[in-house]
Amino acid sequence: MVHTRTVHMIPRRRLTLEFTMWIFTRVSGAMLLLLGILGMVGALYLGARTQMDLPTLMRWTFFPNANHVVASAIPNVNQGWSNVLWRTVEVLIIVFGVTHGLNGLRVVLDDYVGHESVRRVLHYCLLVLWVAVMGVALAVVFTA
Amino acid sequence: MAVSRNPGLDGLRYRGGGYMVTWMLHRISGVSMILFVSLHVVAAYLLTQYGSGVGRAINTVYESWLFQAYIFFCIIFHTLNGARVITLDLWPRLMQYQREAIWLEWLIFIPVYGLSLLMLVQQGLAG
Repeated sequence: MVHTRTVHMIPRRRLTLEFTMWIFTRVSGAMLLLLGILGMVGALYLGARTQMDLPTLMRWTFFPNANHVVASAIPNVNQGWSNVLWRTVEVLIIVFGVTHGLNGLRVVLDDYVGHESVRRVLHYCLLVLWVAVMGVALAVVFTA
Repeated sequence: MAVSRNPGLDGLRYRGGGYMVTWMLHRISGVSMILFVSLHVVAAYLLTQYGSGVGRAINTVYESWLFQAYIFFCIIFHTLNGARVITLDLWPRLMQYQREAIWLEWLIFIPVYGLSLLMLVQQGLAG
């Protein structure tokens, strides 16, 4: 009989989808928090303290879009409230937020859907939704 | 991994304490925010592209102070709980203080949400 030796090895840590998304969820969550702080500090620097009420400041913090401050006392949103910095922040919030959210929905659905085939269909639905929501959100940002 | 059977209402009998409450609230608040953001994006798209009445109708729903109070709960809780999860994942040795971390989370949550709620209710009742 051939002598065999069993070697127990720690499984190599490969970059699977689950592991990648586990990291992504944490990184994007922290990024969204930082982008929110950037938006709020930026608004206060631009004069939010005297020119807008708290709900408007909140709307701006969650998404720094010029449409979110048109109802305030700001004379002209083109003076600092609508430029390439806020465009970039908006795009980052959309990409991080939509991906973080829909991946979270995938994790929640996987906990309640047992059938492999149903799960696969739902994953494809989420993929379509991911592209669609991102497309619509970017369209709003770049056309509004 | 998903379970093949449907746990149904039996799942509610599992007593995970404060840990389980935060886990459940994290899920509920996360799904609620997905719903809100999707509604908001669709409404904004309909309004800016077509000036649609459907967009305006969705607007009035999520601009009501009750909806705002709910979505503020979701946002503040999800943010604080997420910050706790990230912190404990970055420094696993802190995991032994998870109980205290959850207490700290609620200690921050209550005044922050309380103040937001107070302002929302004042505005809501003022019309």
